[in-house]
Amino acid sequence: MPSLPLDGVRVADFTGVWAGSYLTMILGDLGAEVIKIENPYVLQPNTRGQAHPPPAILETGRALASGYPNRQLGPRPWNYCPTYVALFRNKKSFTVDYRRPEGLDVLGRLVRECDVFVENSAVGTMERLGIDYDWLRDKRPDILALRMPAFGSDGEYREARAFGIQMEAVIGHTLLRSYPDLDPSQTSMSLAGDQLAGNNAVLAILMALWHRDRTGRGQLIEMAQAENATAMLGPGLMEYELNGQEPPRAGNRSIYGHAPQGLYPCRAAGPVEEAGDRWIGLSVTCDEEWEALRREMGDPEWARDPKLAHAEGRRSEHDRIDAKLGRWTAGFEDYDLFHRLQAAGVPCAPVLEASRVHDDPQVAARGLFQPRQLQDDVGTFRYMAPFLRFSETPVEFFQAPVAFGEHNEYVYRELLGVDDEEYERLRAAGHIRQEFDESVP
Amino acid sequence: MAGPLQGVKVLDLTQYIAGPYATRLLGDYGADVIKLERPGGDPARRLPPFLDGDPHPEKSGTFFFYNSNKRSLVLDLKRAEGREVFGRLLAEADLVVESFRPGTLDRLGVGWEFVRAAKPSLPLVSITNFGQTGPYADYRGTDLTLFGFAGELFSQGVAEREPVKLYGSAALVQSGGAAAMAALAALMVGARQGIGQHVDLSIADTHLGGADRRHATVMGAEYSGLKSPRYPIGAQGLLAGVYPCADGYVELGSSDRLDRVADMLSHPEWLQDPKWQDPRLRANGPLIEEFNAHLLEWLMQRGKREVWAEARRAKVMCGPLFTVREIYEDPHFRGRGFWQKAEHPVLGEIEAPGRPFVMHDSPFELRRSAPLLGQHSEEVLDELGYAAARIRELAAQGVVGVR
Repeated sequence: MPSLPLDGVRVADFTGVWAGSYLTMILGDLGAEVIKIENPYVLQPNTRGQAHPPPAILETGRALASGYPNRQLGPRPWNYCPTYVALFRNKKSFTVDYRRPEGLDVLGRLVRECDVFVENSAVGTMERLGIDYDWLRDKRPDILALRMPAFGSDGEYREARAFGIQMEAVIGHTLLRSYPDLDPSQTSMSLAGDQLAGNNAVLAILMALWHRDRTGRGQLIEMAQAENATAMLGPGLMEYELNGQEPPRAGNRSIYGHAPQGLYPCRAAGPVEEAGDRWIGLSVTCDEEWEALRREMGDPEWARDPKLAHAEGRRSEHDRIDAKLGRWTAGFEDYDLFHRLQAAGVPCAPVLEASRVHDDPQVAARGLFQPRQLQDDVGTFRYMAPFLRFSETPVEFFQAPVAFGEHNEYVYRELLGVDDEEYERLRAAGHIRQEFDESVP
Repeated sequence: MAGPLQGVKVLDLTQYIAGPYATRLLGDYGADVIKLERPGGDPARRLPPFLDGDPHPEKSGTFFFYNSNKRSLVLDLKRAEGREVFGRLLAEADLVVESFRPGTLDRLGVGWEFVRAAKPSLPLVSITNFGQTGPYADYRGTDLTLFGFAGELFSQGVAEREPVKLYGSAALVQSGGAAAMAALAALMVGARQGIGQHVDLSIADTHLGGADRRHATVMGAEYSGLKSPRYPIGAQGLLAGVYPCADGYVELGSSDRLDRVADMLSHPEWLQDPKWQDPRLRANGPLIEEFNAHLLEWLMQRGKREVWAEARRAKVMCGPLFTVREIYEDPHFRGRGFWQKAEHPVLGEIEAPGRPFVMHDSPFELRRSAPLLGQHSEEVLDELGYAAARIRELAAQGVVGVR
């Protein structure tokens, strides 16, 4: 009977910010028992939104902030905060106030039972709590500990406060992305580094487990997220290293000189307010694709210009091509043009606003979203399922996004063997709860 | 100390960006990655930037960046003799990674069934635009089109304009990270349980299910029916976004900690006024303008490094917008030993980012610079037990490309 890659591996999940919650979810997908450590008195920022959000939050009109189930905050909004809930599948959750001695003791007993400890707090936070690598190793000598400080645990910037947005600014991504013709202060945020940090941190933990299997040794892994994210900028960094030049901002155009490439307007059949905000992304990466695009456009006079038959000519005429091409694409709905051009061999795709994702036939065929109910009865909704597809050890969506403290009974009684008397004492002291304390905003 | 994957042999049939980045990560931590290139080589060898702008297949910085720590073997899988070599390579391998369009390896007669027959415990990871299945399985894609379809492109940029993407191939690099972790998970199953398997990694799926904001906007839409439009220019509100300073720009956050901001500005009294404690502050245009006027005056008197130093002291979220040159020269990353030098036969000495993460007991190591096309063909065939005369024969027939 095949087992999942991480069957038998237990993870203590002390992460807060996006990359951390994502990486432990993937470990859960791969079969690890992931135990999310939560504190009724401390809301880890960017994990469960706000414990007690003001009702005004429902009035922003935007999915990210106001998109609570049925647009109601409900009794325990932290369990279905739209911003983070899709990162909670395939985990268990237990609560303890690790800032108090008896709570820290409970945490130590949990670490003893775990193979992996993951955190992504700012440098100094764990040290203040007394939870450093030596403390972890004292509880579990072969522990694999992963930390993910923005700029590393040493050096001048070690204590700099940063999310992915600020970190991307420092490595140069913010100046490199965005519109070439707008001031950099018009740059909107991106969280690209979080995604790469999450993926690569999973890789780091898998490799450390591989290493432990062979040597019996655990280790400390440090991912400075800024360093990790530089991989996204490879060609730009090499432009400077090879030729001493700052790479230009390319916007949506190809940095490899393929042309044309860009977003082109499309017609919307839907509600009036969406007209004017439908786009198809289109890339011509070789002369054959340009030929195919020309044919689909009906071989108009302007496109027959021999200069445009080659990438160099198209590059020099990019603005003119964009204007002509945009006038042509604007006569189509994005999906119609997508299928038509793909059939002709031209790389393109509609730029989907998030609410359109569920209706896409490919997304449906891949089963990427599956209906689940949470512990709290907020209705049945479609949640993200694992995207990893293994033919022999299939990855499953076995636990709906976890509620705060949903597995307190399991962790305290079964895993840590806490007896009735101690359980009651810890509960009375506020460690074991399914609600945040009223003092938490 | 050696990397954790020392002794692991990876057959790498990937090309362009996502696949090569995935296998490079494995090579970075000790795996022996044999890059199997078609005659003529990975098309990424034709991607700029080039040394001195010369479009030569050994002068591509992009190819260099994503292919260090690999060996190159040129092999023509369209020839029966090439497939025979491939079969022998499979027998010695622990992991195979490829990024052809679905069905390509099958058409060559070396698809999943061939791999499984050669070695039952061998995993095959296939990286494609939309996955091996579904109506778009054969559709073409690029960083722009895939991120537009599956990532958060629609909501990036300003409302007055079209959305705007990440830099260059960033979205494909993110997917490469996902492919690397999937490959290692499959390798663990292969090694521990003797079970080979076909892993179907869709670049689109890695974005739909990734950690970018897409998961959040899709979830919010599902819960509430609300949408995620781009914000208009100038709507950044209270301490969120990019601000000018004396010599450039800084990205600032921490609108929920105005006490720290006051500390950063060295004017703790400035935000004592109860009007700044109003929970509706974020929706109060005139107050935000007043705030920004103070802030901008302070910012314009300081350079970005100075602003950042004050922000660090006061624990305010901040990051200066560095140029590539500034990140290359920055003393913090230099001091941490981040950059690594490699000697390349054509490019000369190249300094590039080193480890993506520090593993204290099984470290990253830059053992090889990116290979020249076919640089290791003879070496790899020799290790497989091919006699020198046979290698010469295969080379003469064009089955194997040697230097």
